[in-house]
Amino acid sequence: MVRSPPADSVGLVTQHKAVFEEPLPLDCGRELPRYELVYEAYGELNRERNNAILVCHALSGNHHAAGYHSEHDRKPGWWETCIGPGKPLDTNRFYVVCSNNLGGCHGSTGPASINPETGKPYGDRFPVVTVRDWVRSQARLADQLGIEQWAAVAGGSLGGMQALQWAIDFPQRLRHAIVIAAAPRLSAQNIGFNEVARQAIMSDPEFHGGRYYDYGVSPRRGLAVARMLGHITYLSDDAMRAKFGRDLRGDMSFDFEEVDFEVESYLRYQGQRFVQDFDANTYLLMTKALDYFDPAAEYDDDFAAAVAQIQCSTLLLSFSSDWRFAPSRSREILRALLEKEKPVSYMEIEATQGHDAFLMPIQRYLEAFSAYMDNVGREVGA
Amino acid sequence: MNPLRRELEIVADWIEPGSRVLDLGCGDGTLLQYLVERKGVTAYGLEIDPRKVTRCMDRGVNVVRADLDEGLSDFHRDSFDHVIMSQTVQAVRYPDKLLEDMLRVGAHGIVTFPNLGYWRLRMQLLLKGRMPRSPALPNAWYNSPNIHLCTVRDFERLCATMGVQILERRLLDRAHRSTPFTNLAPNLLGEVAIYRFVRGGQAL
Repeated sequence: MVRSPPADSVGLVTQHKAVFEEPLPLDCGRELPRYELVYEAYGELNRERNNAILVCHALSGNHHAAGYHSEHDRKPGWWETCIGPGKPLDTNRFYVVCSNNLGGCHGSTGPASINPETGKPYGDRFPVVTVRDWVRSQARLADQLGIEQWAAVAGGSLGGMQALQWAIDFPQRLRHAIVIAAAPRLSAQNIGFNEVARQAIMSDPEFHGGRYYDYGVSPRRGLAVARMLGHITYLSDDAMRAKFGRDLRGDMSFDFEEVDFEVESYLRYQGQRFVQDFDANTYLLMTKALDYFDPAAEYDDDFAAAVAQIQCSTLLLSFSSDWRFAPSRSREILRALLEKEKPVSYMEIEATQGHDAFLMPIQRYLEAFSAYMDNVGREVGA
Repeated sequence: MNPLRRELEIVADWIEPGSRVLDLGCGDGTLLQYLVERKGVTAYGLEIDPRKVTRCMDRGVNVVRADLDEGLSDFHRDSFDHVIMSQTVQAVRYPDKLLEDMLRVGAHGIVTFPNLGYWRLRMQLLLKGRMPRSPALPNAWYNSPNIHLCTVRDFERLCATMGVQILERRLLDRAHRSTPFTNLAPNLLGEVAIYRFVRGGQAL
């Protein structure tokens, strides 16, 4: 419960819906006849319409990036640490937009939406969307909002990949790409984790081939397991050791159903909480989009060739204990941009929190991000 | 624009407009910003201290947080026209390897360092028998980042050994002037040494 939001929060926010009646061609060869994107926006779009920042969300995120939906909300939006008055994405200067990705489960057209062809939820018939498809759909949102060029497109993890894809696909339409804790493509290990998560969902007896909406059920157990697995990859070994160690809840139960260790309790809780408002089909789609993300693929696996057409400046940030998308992965992006003599800055930040660090209030991180955005603000006169 | 130290002005004079520049140990980005604004160069700085990296970001210059002791493996051969190392060579673990790497990634190298052969420093060691300190070398021996101090003669000998060809040398005295007098006995009268060099056997 929040009686009055802190002064550096955007406060109470409402969501908007953008409707697109023109069919959207997709990488898979199919198209969506029409689609909707829900989004939130914080701050004011200036008269020159040049102070807009697009924030892209990661695997389990959504359009609620900052502030509170009601005074009863326990928690603010997912990037509250970075969006708000005086924060890196300073809403006193910038107009910050965040939309729920296509295929999402928080209001944008997704697998649970009604398929106009059948009058029933899409389910397994929802097309597999890619990062490029998302970027294409977001560009139409920019059109609708009258934003010719973003001052910056920013995101962490899968969100950072979208920022990178924006820079590649729409070089004229952004001045800066902020790519945090990302990678130029997934490793075999990354894909392996995603596949285990998908198998957990698909082998749940309540999955019903993805058409579980028709049965009034959902593969909650499978999705919870997928989330538990994902959660481990978001934390560092050190962070888990510090947080839980081998602490027991009570005496050892010698029983599989019981929770013995604190870490088990935590993961089960995370899994249970996650399934309350996340759709399993969306999880499948998001992980697949991650797996398929590979700008170099069209350029004979030469990532530097893929970034050759980039015109914006890029900020790359990574975190020392992130093993999901380790600093070495950000350096791959860095090397490609340097090879093509693109404006780029890079900083690895010491952090113990692992991949999740990009969501955390880490002083060095916020200082660097703020310093960079200050300069972006000066550039556009915001 | 902050007033540039005299040595940075000399360095800046050597950079032709529009060239590609890499600054090793770029600090808060003063030189980089100057070069970008006055000379329209394409420039990147490398810096290990996160606070200084942040300052560079605030200035809007390209900066990469990097440890020079790990070399310049992020950069391809001949990526730059000039690779600058200002007041940094004495603080790296492998000065010789870094010099080599500088001339791998760039055509010209520019190095500035505090000359340990400067007479006031020699006098401190001779008369007091203690490690010299000065405005340019403010730290005590145990907490100094300067682990590889050298003299003008040392540096030139290293260049000769490595086949590095020195194109130009400037010495500044305590008042940051470069006088003919200083050049009479550079290793004694110069407090700051500034060099421009290329790979040996290379056409100027």
